[in-house]
Amino acid sequence: MTSGTIVFGTLVLAVTVLGFLAARWGHPNLNRLDEWALGGRRFGTIVSWFLLGGDLYTAYTFIAVPALAYGAGALAFFAVPYATIAYPFVFLVMSRFWTVAKRRGYVTTADFVRDRYGNRVLELAVAATGVIAVMPYIALQLIGMQVVIERAGVAPTHAAAVLAPVVAFVLLAAYTFTSGLRAPASIAFVKDALIYITVIAAIIIIPARLGGWAHVFAAAQTALAAAPKPGSILPAPPSYLAYASLAFGSALALFIYPHSITSVLSAKSAGVIRRNCALLPLYTLLLGFLALLGYCALAAGIHASNPQSAIPDLFERYFPSWFVGVAFAAIVVGALVPAAIMAIGAANLFASNILRTFRPNEERPAIETRSARILALVVLCGGLLIATRIKPAFAIDFQLLGGAWILQIFPAVVLGLYTRRLHPQALLLGWAAGMLAATWMAVSTNFSAVFPLRAGGTTIAGYLALYALIVNLACAALFTWAFNATGIEAGGDLTAPSDYTA
Amino acid sequence: MGKRAWYWLLLIPFVATLWPPFYARSKPALFGFPFFYWYQFAWVILTALLVLVVYLATREPHGD
Repeated sequence: MTSGTIVFGTLVLAVTVLGFLAARWGHPNLNRLDEWALGGRRFGTIVSWFLLGGDLYTAYTFIAVPALAYGAGALAFFAVPYATIAYPFVFLVMSRFWTVAKRRGYVTTADFVRDRYGNRVLELAVAATGVIAVMPYIALQLIGMQVVIERAGVAPTHAAAVLAPVVAFVLLAAYTFTSGLRAPASIAFVKDALIYITVIAAIIIIPARLGGWAHVFAAAQTALAAAPKPGSILPAPPSYLAYASLAFGSALALFIYPHSITSVLSAKSAGVIRRNCALLPLYTLLLGFLALLGYCALAAGIHASNPQSAIPDLFERYFPSWFVGVAFAAIVVGALVPAAIMAIGAANLFASNILRTFRPNEERPAIETRSARILALVVLCGGLLIATRIKPAFAIDFQLLGGAWILQIFPAVVLGLYTRRLHPQALLLGWAAGMLAATWMAVSTNFSAVFPLRAGGTTIAGYLALYALIVNLACAALFTWAFNATGIEAGGDLTAPSDYTA
Repeated sequence: MGKRAWYWLLLIPFVATLWPPFYARSKPALFGFPFFYWYQFAWVILTALLVLVVYLATREPHGD
């Protein structure tokens, strides 16, 4: 057992204890859904910054994006504009959503859709989409953990190395069940400290050992060009649309995921969210530098059989053993925090919007919290199932698939914040068309996110989520016109214009 | 011109980063970083500053 193993084991254990202790934070009544799921809507700017950072910058950032840079080159850097333009968008949209949710006591996006459109089927569709879309994203977190745990030396035999992520996963489920959102919120502090220390050390030490950044870029270019499927450190013109559409589609999807909504609604004011839109881009710089570590791995001549292990391999080569322990703990904890929030967010949807629809007469708060707890476990198991069943070329494709699904609630949720002109039945048809289109395109490309659209003799490759959203919006607009023309009732709206502004 | 006009500033990062022909080039390099990279990193910081400006300009005096 090396010093790295001891450091790694100690840190992960400490975080687990913290997860359970979080139940006592502020002496909450954890049987109430908004206490368990939203931390009582009391988090200020700093707690929210850590929580949102812990929630949005995940194994996607630490493992999947660098793996794509290592395997495919420039395309991976779409994640930088993605995590940049998301914030001006969130600044406008999510502070409006927070305001109406606070005013009317919503815990989920589907709660809003129910009141806004008076349509239970649309509410169910929005809730079910959230639950399904978050599962591949959880699968990505589990893969990130697995890559690191296999290397950390905590497992003496191969069988134990396979089992270790399952153990981490059971612990995660247990403290999520006990403490609710307070668990990831308190662990997020430790997570971020570990991540910043690791990344700052990495970007100081590793490029210097490799002869400086200019050399890293040149060596990465040579390695990418020589690969069986040649890549480059600059995107070629045919991939411009894929690059921009991946960034734009991901940015639109980011904050309508259930876990982002959970973190947004736990803020104590709309101002907390707006301030965080100016502060969170600090994590985006971190993301960019982590992606560049994928190039460092190329420059260092690391030959990873699986691109996802390029970064762990790089750390093992250049860091002393004890610091490898810190770095690996950072990655595991960095995957545990979002996985916990994702499970909570999806469980909220299930308990508030799906179960309630079928069991409307039962007493609400107690049953909702109890079922939310159990459903958080179910959602985590769904993630585990996807992680073991679907094998895309890059782990990032899991997240991009989740994005393609979640984006189909964009018309009902985001456009719904601004206009009630789209007919609820038309939104439902648009949603169904978008979900079918997204799933069909994903399956036809073997779960790659970029779909080659053939139109008029030319092929336009773009993020399939946006193509599906266009299908969705076209259907919603067309059927709104048709339903209005034939006089089909558009349902009621329980929200008032004053609910949207502070 | 009301406070809402400030929100137009938030469109700038979309135009600047969603059109790769603007920046998919290696020169001029900065600190060893090809233009493609440092340009996008710079927009992370510029966007945060723009959001901050809009936040300060549109903030209600007594609320938050």
